[in-house]
This record gives sequence, structure tokens and C-alpha cells, in this order.
Amino acid sequence: MNRTGVKPDVKPSVAPGVRLGRVSFVWRPWIVCVSLLLGAATFLVFCLSIGVGDFPIGLPQVIATIFGRGEQVDEFVIMDLRMPRALAGVVVGIGLGVSGALTQSIARNPLASPDVLGITNGASAVAVFLVTVSGGTAAAIVSSVGLSAAALMGGLGTGLLVYFLAWRRGIDGLRLILIGISVSAVMEALTTWLLVSADIRDVAQAQAWLVGSLDDRSWDEVQVAVWGTLVLLVVVAGAAFQFKPMHLGDDVAAGLGVRYSAVRAVLLLCAVLLAGVAVSAAGPVPFVALVAPQVAMRLARCPTPPMVASALVGALLLTGSDLVARTALPVGLPVGVVTAAIGGPFLVYLLVRANRR
Amino acid sequence: MGTIAVERPASKVTTQARRRRVVGLAALVLILVAAGAVSLAVGARALSPGEVWHGLFAAPESDQRLTEIRLIVETVRVPRTVLAIVAGVALGVGGALIQGYTRNPIADTGLLGVNSGASFAVVTVIAVFGLSDPFQYLWFAFLGAAVAGVVVFGLASIGRGAGNPLTLALAGQGVTVFLAAMTTAIALSDQKSLNALRFWNAGSVAGVGFGVIWPVTGFIAAGLVLALITLPALNLLNLGDDVARGLGVNIALSRTIGITAITLLAGAATAACGPIAFLGLMVAHVARYLTGPDYRWLVPYAGLLGAIVLLVCDIVGRLVVRPSELDAGVVVALLGAPFFAALVWRGKFKNA
Repeated sequence: MNRTGVKPDVKPSVAPGVRLGRVSFVWRPWIVCVSLLLGAATFLVFCLSIGVGDFPIGLPQVIATIFGRGEQVDEFVIMDLRMPRALAGVVVGIGLGVSGALTQSIARNPLASPDVLGITNGASAVAVFLVTVSGGTAAAIVSSVGLSAAALMGGLGTGLLVYFLAWRRGIDGLRLILIGISVSAVMEALTTWLLVSADIRDVAQAQAWLVGSLDDRSWDEVQVAVWGTLVLLVVVAGAAFQFKPMHLGDDVAAGLGVRYSAVRAVLLLCAVLLAGVAVSAAGPVPFVALVAPQVAMRLARCPTPPMVASALVGALLLTGSDLVARTALPVGLPVGVVTAAIGGPFLVYLLVRANRR
Repeated sequence: MGTIAVERPASKVTTQARRRRVVGLAALVLILVAAGAVSLAVGARALSPGEVWHGLFAAPESDQRLTEIRLIVETVRVPRTVLAIVAGVALGVGGALIQGYTRNPIADTGLLGVNSGASFAVVTVIAVFGLSDPFQYLWFAFLGAAVAGVVVFGLASIGRGAGNPLTLALAGQGVTVFLAAMTTAIALSDQKSLNALRFWNAGSVAGVGFGVIWPVTGFIAAGLVLALITLPALNLLNLGDDVARGLGVNIALSRTIGITAITLLAGAATAACGPIAFLGLMVAHVARYLTGPDYRWLVPYAGLLGAIVLLVCDIVGRLVVRPSELDAGVVVALLGAPFFAALVWRGKFKNA
């Protein structure tokens, strides 16, 4: 546009739109390609991960068994023993990736992750309390399911507390994050205090839980995570179409007909719940929610965290890390250590590469 | 910036604002002195003002009781008071600077990787060399903090987007994430390291002698001098890189000085006390609320507030769970966070 109000004779280059009934979106081939590649890679690692173990199974047999045409022995090993763990990896990765993408988008700050909102620290504080104060044996009686459930309650409770504390005639991104950091710091301080005053044997057990792990998952535990995540993803997908214009700012979004307060509240709640479910299934696996959206953003070359790609990067990161943790490393290190050891440097690599170009 | 009203002559208003800021600064110094005095008197054995005075200034005597008091004051109370003040100033100034340089209101001094670098170094030397004395691993902690800070800054300044605040924040997170994982890996496979790490992680100003405090103070003093040099440029940088360049700021140079200052301040404080999270973030916001966005005022306020908060939290930690003690880092979060959250809720930090 120039001052005389005459439109310049050049058409702006706009990506073509696609309309299917009431749903319309912009066709961006690059993002679709990246997502497909990520999906394929995740499936490959998922199958490889299932094949690895004391009773190794080849990749073709794994794929055949997954699609219901495998031998009976394979089927038992895969479906009953290894599938829960592998599925847990994928689901937790997706949950954390989406949760991170949502919080980073809502707060418009790349450092905002569910960890910042206190979910992981709240869950950790409750879990460490169970392990240290009531003693390792009492926690064992409550059993691992009880620990997960308690952690879930702790995480969700803290997340909701942050949300309600931050509510003041609506939710403001910065206020939410600053309140989140405060509550998170309180929870972390409580955890530290518990660790300092506890017996060293309990501390080791608590510390192992604090890193996040996918060991010994049963179908019962995984089922909750799978269904919970699925339902939440449907809600997120429904709200996501309303979400896109919010990157332009609240006023513009309102002008475009988005009820931004309601949409933001729903999405934020979904982010909290997704992270809470993930933590209950695998412990507070750190950094996936922080790193996955940032990596997805750079792979997909988007200005904001893309939901689908973030979910897939999260799943790939967690599944791949679990595979590495079980095969390449000598000691049985928990998956949380590996996600951080892979995710952190990869994020730095992407930053450096982007700067070089 | 928002203090200048159009209808009044600007000079009069700024004079008033400056007077108010000077008064505020003096008030903070007074509060700090008072808190320091309380810190000398309070503890497992409470001392009267007269006893503290005696412990500080009187000549040695033969009286058994007075010698004992003197011992407490000299070897316990004075060092921990001095360390709380020095480390508090460092973390407060560091927090204000890092928020300025990353232009990110949720940036903390730990962001450059200094906390995780120090923790990693501590765990490593304990696991490898079997060291157990904080005096021995102070230097490793500082080395780890400094190396991590340099690596983060180096990674963020490669290529075209050099020194971009967003890149700096994300590179800091990436490196922090990696180092934290390595620290956990070592701690989980070596129980002695795990044991040392949990105490180190709590963050405490107690039990450190002047043998440690003097070198730490030296590094922090150097960091403060660099911070002072960089303040005017930091004000201009916050107008945006292009504006700052147009006004004659050497952006790369002032960033380098600023990041070096943050590394020195946070690294030295962390080496002496362990990672004290949240303090820098909190006082930077409170200082901005009190002074407005001018970093020449904001940074001194943040430093004094940091010292006051750390000192008060250390005193509270000595009192609440007697006869045991609560580490200052834990109290900072337990006391500071709700206070900070209340300020946030009342909408004090809108334009942070």
C-alpha cells in the first residue's frame, strides 16, 4: 500500500487455502512433509524399540505382529510385555510435546513449559513426600499405581492452583507464567527440604522417580494415559482452529471473532491435564515439553510452535531416548537423562545452524 | 519512562522522581544494615547487642564466656552475614542484568547455565576425586559455572543472529538441560555424589569461612564494576538493536561485557552458596516496579533487595525449625514466592 491509496500491482504471495465444509486451513507442503517424516521416524523407532530385549525380534516380524499377522510367541512378547512400555513412550511424548507447544504459544514465551507452571514440581513434591516421609516401605504398600495417582493429583492440583491464582478478570500470559514460577519454586523448595532431611536410601529412590522412567509399565497404567491423552487431543484439535489468530494478539483475535478468554482457558487446562497425565505415566520426564516445540518450530520453519509437529517430535524424542537408554548405555539410566542429553544439544545445534544461514 | 507527564515541565518531575529514588535507595541501605545487625545476634545461641558489640570490637580477655561469644561472632555469624550480603547483591544485580540482556521477563541468573555448570562440576569432582570439603570444590564450582556461561554465550554468538536475546535464552536452556542430565546421571550412579548434591542444591550461606568469602567477593566486585560500565548501554539496548546502534552503542561489545558480568556474579555466588533459585528473578521484578525501566536505578535497587531478601531468609531459616536450620535457598522460595505471587496478582508487573 502506498499513500495515495492505490494498491500496488503486485499480488502478495499467499499460501493457497483448502476448504472442507466448515473447516479451512492453509496448505503448507513443507510442514506436512516434515510431519510425515517425523511420523514415519517415530513409527520406525517404536517398532525397533519393541524388537529390542532379551528375546530379540526382527523388524518385519514386529510390524507384522502389530498389524495382527504375527506368530503366537511374538504376539505374546510384543502385545503383553513390550507394547505397554513402547506405547507409554509415544503417548507421554505426544502429551508433553503438545502441552509445551500450548503453553509456549499462550505465554508467547519460548521458555514457558508445563514445568514452569508447576505441574512437574507439584507432582514431584507429592511423590517425594510419599517416598521419604512415610518411608520407602509405606510407599511400596501404596504400590506404584498409588504413587502415580498421587503424583497426578499433585501435578493437577498445582496446575489448577496456579491457574486460579493467576485469574484476575481473565488470564494474562506474563502473570500466569510469573505466578507459575513462584508456585513452582515453592514446590521445588519443599522437595529439596524433604530430600535434605530424608534418609539417603529413600533419597536414591525418590531421585530415581524424579528423573522419569518408562520401566515396567503395565497395560493398566498405560491405558489411563492413552485414553486420557486421546480425549484431550480431540479437545485441543477442536479449539486449535480458534487458536491460530491469537498469535496476532488479543485485540486482533477478538476482531476476528475469537472468544479468546474461553479458548485460552480451555487450551491451558488441556495443557495442564496433558502434562499431568504424562507425569503420572512416566514420572516428571524433564525438558521434552520445553525442547520439542522449539525443535518442531525450527524443523517446520514456523514462527510459532506447530501442534502436530511438536507432538511428533516429543514422541520421537521420548521413544528414541528410551531405546538409547536400554541399548547403548551400560547402566540402567532412566529415560529422562537421555531425553535431556539428546534434546538439549539438538536444540542448541538447531539454533547455531539457523544463525549460520 | 511513564513518569513524564505532558502538562508539567519534565525537569521538575524528573527531579522529584530522582529524589524519591535516592530516598528509596537510602531506605534500602538502612534496612540492610538493620538486617545485618539482627543476623549477627540471632541464631542457635541468641546474643544481646552488647555481646555482639563485644564480640566484634573488644580485645581478647581471659573470661571464658566472653571468649566463647567472641568465637561465635567471629567464626560463625560474621562470615555468614557477609556472605549473605555479598551473594544477595550478586544474584540481585545478575538477575536484573540477565532480564535486560535477554529482554525476557522470566529469565533467571540460572539461565546462562551457570547453576547447572557449577552443580555438574561439584558432582564430577566428588565422584572422580572423592572430595568432600566445600573448600575444595568451590573452585571447581566456579570453573564449571564460568565454562558453562562462556559456552552458552559462545554458542549464541555464532553467525548472523549473534547475541540475539532469544537465541541466548534458548541456548542457555539447551546447555542447562544437558548439564542437568549429566549431573543426574552421575549422581544416580554414585551415592556419595548424590548425598553431597542434595545439600549443595539446597543453597546455603552457612558454614563458609573467609578463606572462601574473600576470593568470591573479589570476583563479585569485578562483576559489579563491569555491570556499572554496561548500564547506560543496556538502557539503549532495550530500545531495540537498531535504535541502539543508531545511537552509537557497540552492541557486540556491551553484550560481551554484560554477559561476562552476569557470569562472574552468578557463578561466584553459586560457587559459594550453591544454586539459589528464584531470588534474582524476583528482586529484578520488584526493583523494576519500584524504579521503572531505567537500569541505572533498577540494578542498584535489585542488588540491595537481593541482599536484604537473602539475609532475612537466612535469619528466618535459623529460627523456624530450631534447633535445626532451614537452608536460605529453601526459605527464599517458601517466603519469597508467595510474596512475589501476591505482587504479581495485584498487577504490579504489567509492563515488565
